[in-house]
Parts: sequence; structure tokens; C-alpha cells
Amino acid sequence: MTRAQTPTRPPADSRDQALRAALLQRTGQWQSAAARSERLSRERASNLADAAQMADDYRLLAHDLARARRLMPDSRVRQYLESAYLRAHATLYREANRPVEALLSLFRDEIPAVVRWLRPHIIWATAIFVLTVGAGYWMVHTYPDLISLFASPDLIATVQRGQLWTEGILNIVPSSVLSLQILTNNIVVSLFAYCAGFVFGLGTLYILGLNGLMLGAVFAFTGQHGLDGALFRFIVPHGCVELSVMCLSGAAGAAVGEALIRPAQGDRMKSFQVAALRSGKLLIACALLLVGSGIIEGYLSPRADIAPWLRLAVGIGYWLAMIAFLRPFASGVTPRTASTASSRVTPAAPQ
Amino acid sequence: MPSTRSTRRRCSPRKSKPLPATRSRATPELLLDSVTGVDLALPVAGAGARCYAFVIDWLIRAILFAAWYGVAALIYNGRWSLAAPLNPDPRWFVFVVAPAAGTYFLYHIVLELALHGRTPGKRVAGIHIVARDGSSPKVGALLTRNVFRLVDSLPLFYGVGLVATLVTKDHIRIGDMAAGTLLAYERADVALPNAAGAEIASDLLSRWSALTLDTRRQLAVEILSRYGYGGTATTESIESTATDAALRAQLEQLTRGPAG
Repeated sequence: MTRAQTPTRPPADSRDQALRAALLQRTGQWQSAAARSERLSRERASNLADAAQMADDYRLLAHDLARARRLMPDSRVRQYLESAYLRAHATLYREANRPVEALLSLFRDEIPAVVRWLRPHIIWATAIFVLTVGAGYWMVHTYPDLISLFASPDLIATVQRGQLWTEGILNIVPSSVLSLQILTNNIVVSLFAYCAGFVFGLGTLYILGLNGLMLGAVFAFTGQHGLDGALFRFIVPHGCVELSVMCLSGAAGAAVGEALIRPAQGDRMKSFQVAALRSGKLLIACALLLVGSGIIEGYLSPRADIAPWLRLAVGIGYWLAMIAFLRPFASGVTPRTASTASSRVTPAAPQ
Repeated sequence: MPSTRSTRRRCSPRKSKPLPATRSRATPELLLDSVTGVDLALPVAGAGARCYAFVIDWLIRAILFAAWYGVAALIYNGRWSLAAPLNPDPRWFVFVVAPAAGTYFLYHIVLELALHGRTPGKRVAGIHIVARDGSSPKVGALLTRNVFRLVDSLPLFYGVGLVATLVTKDHIRIGDMAAGTLLAYERADVALPNAAGAEIASDLLSRWSALTLDTRRQLAVEILSRYGYGGTATTESIESTATDAALRAQLEQLTRGPAG
């Protein structure tokens, strides 16, 4: 009986030499893979084969990088492969560049879904706003001197003379300038109400409360001088949407705050991130709506020759348009129940 | 058949391996598990690189703001005066104020969207914005991180953002936390070593012990004079200075490529 012959293995050093040599023969493939990923990071693939080749390149680079890390860890080859692999990774996982479809999806599906998800927050934000309006009204109605906490001395003096500060404003500031100033200010306030949710929702609560108190206080103050009807007529064309948007951005900020107070995703940071990105989509709609209400406030609201019924029609009509745009009552899958995991088609692991 | 799998991400504060640039060895890295099983490491930029990039960007937008405002105001006024008109004029706002303010306030948003997470300042600092899966950040993420500048810039000079950058493990400000992004160093472009030289050197090394001393010395000197030392050394200079062991070490170095 003969003993089985054990195959003779080359020494490890020689084997590594051979593997290094074999690896270095693939430099041409690395360079073309790097060139392809560089090109596809800027533009779309010309055809399916081009895109599929990118996935193959990714596998090739990963495979060779793993070998280079073992065989030549301190070499420039490893550094080159690290760089090429990282670029291929970024290219492969890049978001599809379809701006038109993305915008359509945003306004048609995503924003209404966010509004549905935020319905409880919207209700709470609106309730807080209404309560603070009532509180502001009660405070100034009961203690008139408190108006100095909420309004500037100029505004107080103007109302005490029996005039609204909005009268004749178009003689001083052109409508276009007024619109631009108002919509810029309103958008900043709206964005701030959202961002301030980072302070566990307290910042949002402060902005909502302060605005509500000011509105109620000014109404009470103008009511004491018989100007509340005039103020209502001024506010109604743009205010229906403007105040609603204040509540919407407050709701977005409240969602951010809630995510930090009681994280839904397990991890506080992840929960904050998901809430901020998701509710932030609503801010795009809010900004657009505020552009419209800013234009109305600059061109229509200050004009004395516009009939009250027309003001009311504009206010209610714009508000209904906002509801149609946001579709808060439409049925659909809310983001809370929708899958948030991004599943991607990935190349198979190297053999 | 392609499989689907969500990537797992983690950011580890482990010490990085030596990097080609002048970064500290304590640079934390974002480690990404790839579906291929081969990990990726992104060196994360700290407060210093962020501040450097921000200052450069701030200077650029301040210059752009001043340049637009100055030129447009001079044209509008028709004389050597930068003063605003006493009565607000729509043309003044549309042609002078709005573009200048827009340039200043929308600089980051517009450039980061257009340049996939880069701005001129970030380019100079060698950093760029990346999502936590290593890809380029999405439009929503870039908008979100810029909106949160309202918080980060409080109370003065980005105080909140700077403190957040200093105390967080990944050196991120509030906007980055909200958007799921961070700033990573760009990888320097690395040239490939000469593959032909490395291959020939590898072949010679595999037969090193089988060759006579003179033969392998002659071959090594020939290869090194052609592919090694950056092509600057002559055959005579190598032959006169290098020992057998040194020649072998040089050949091994050539097979690995020059160290970074």
C-alpha cells in the first residue's frame, strides 16, 4: 500500500509574489472601471449594458481591493483601489437624477402623505395657536396696558389716533416691495418654527404661542378703538392661508420635537433625522403658499377699494386651494406605516 | 440574481491608518459595510476643516455680495453713490437688493445642490458632504441641512453649530444630524504604479534564489534603472551603491508600488 501523495504547495512568499503579479495585470481593468464610475457620477448610463458593467466594476474593485489590502497593504496600488472603490460605491448608490418625476412625486404623493402623517400634530399646533390667540385677546381686553408687551409704540399710537397701521401703506411702500418683504419674513418665521423643534419642541411652542398672543392682543386692542372690523377685513384675504401655514410649520416642528422626546425609531438621532427629513417636505409647500399670501398681502389686502365680500372670497378660495393642494383628508398610506427602508438592487458578492 | 439588502452603517472613532494628506492620525472614520463584504472607510472632517471651508465660502459670498451691490447701486444711482433711494423703488429691490441678498443667503444651498455637496470653500479644504451610506447627499438632505443653519448660526457666529461639531463623535452640526450627512475628506487622486515594472520585478523575485548572484544582480540593476527610483538613477549609480539585499528590497518595493 502506498502512502497518498500530498500535493506540494509553493512557499507562502512565492505564492504571494505570484498573486501580486496576477493582481497587477488587472491595472487596465481598474483604470477603465475608475473612468466609467467617474463618467457615470456626472451623467446617466448610455444603455443597460453600461449600467450593468458599472455593477461588475464595483465587484471587481472590491475583490481586488481585498487582495491588495492583504498582499500589499502599504502600497500605492491599495490606495488607488481604495479611491476607485469609494468612487464606484458613491456612483452606484447615487440617487437617480429625475428632477421632473421627483417634483411630481413630491407634490402629488409625498406632501399629502406628510400632511396625513402630521394630522395629530396639526390639530395640536392649531389648538395651541387658537388658545394663545384667545389668551392674548383676554389679556389685553382685561388689562389694556399689556398691549405694550406685544405691539410697537408706533402701532399703538396709530391705533389710538383711530387708524390702522395698514392704511395708506401703499403710498409709502410699493406693492411689489411690500410683498417681497412680507413673504420673506413669513418664510423665515415658518422655517424657524420648524427648526426650533430641535429644542424638544419648546422653540416651536414659543413661536406659535408668541404669534398667537400677538394676534389676539392686537385684535383686542383694535377692538377697544373700534378698528377690529377693519383689521379683520385686512387680514382675511391673506390670513386664512398665512395663519394655517403657521400651524403647519408648527406641526412640522412639533414632529421634530416629538422625535427627540420619544424616539419612534429606537435611536434618538435616527428618529430625529427621519422626522426632520419627512416633515421638512411640508416646508416646501408652506414656502410656496406663503409666496401666494405675500402677494395677496402686498397687492390686495391694503387696498381700501376692495369690497369685503371679495376679500372674504379671496381668503376662503385661497384656503380651499391650499386644502386641495395638501389633501389632508385623502386616503392613502401614511409615511408612518410605509416602509422607510431603502432597498436597493445590489450586485452579488464576488465569488 | 441580484439580491436586495439594506446597508448597515456605523461610525467608529477608531484611529485611522496613515493617510496621504497632512491629517491627524486621530481622524475618525465612517466605516461602511458594503454588500460586497469589503468595508469602506471615510475619514471624517473635524471642526478645523469645517471652519476653514466656511471662512473661505464666507469670503467668497461677501465679495460677491459687495461686488453686485456696488456695481448695481452705481448703475442705478447713475453717480458715485451706493446709498439706497429715499423712497422704496421696486427696481432698486429687484436689481440691487434681491440679487445681492440672494447671492449671500442662497450661496450654500445652490452650490451644494449644483456641485453634489461641494462648495469652493469645501474644495479648498478638501472636504465634501456625504450621506451616511457614503453616497452623494440627496436634494432633501441638502435643503434640510441648510435650513437648520437658522439654529446652527445662533446665537452668534455659528455658536450652536460649532459647539455641536466639537462635542459630537462624528463632528457634525445640528443640520447634519437632521439631514443624515457629514463632511468627509476627499480622497486624493492616486496614480497607479508602473504595472509592467512591478510585474517584471515580481517575476525576477520569484526566481531570485535560483539565479546566480551576478545574473540576478545584473537583471535587478537593469529593471531598477528602467522602472525604479522614479527613472532618475543610472545603471552605474545603482550598481556601485546597492548590495544584493538592497537590490532585492528595492525590487520588492517596486512590486508593491511606492508607499503613499
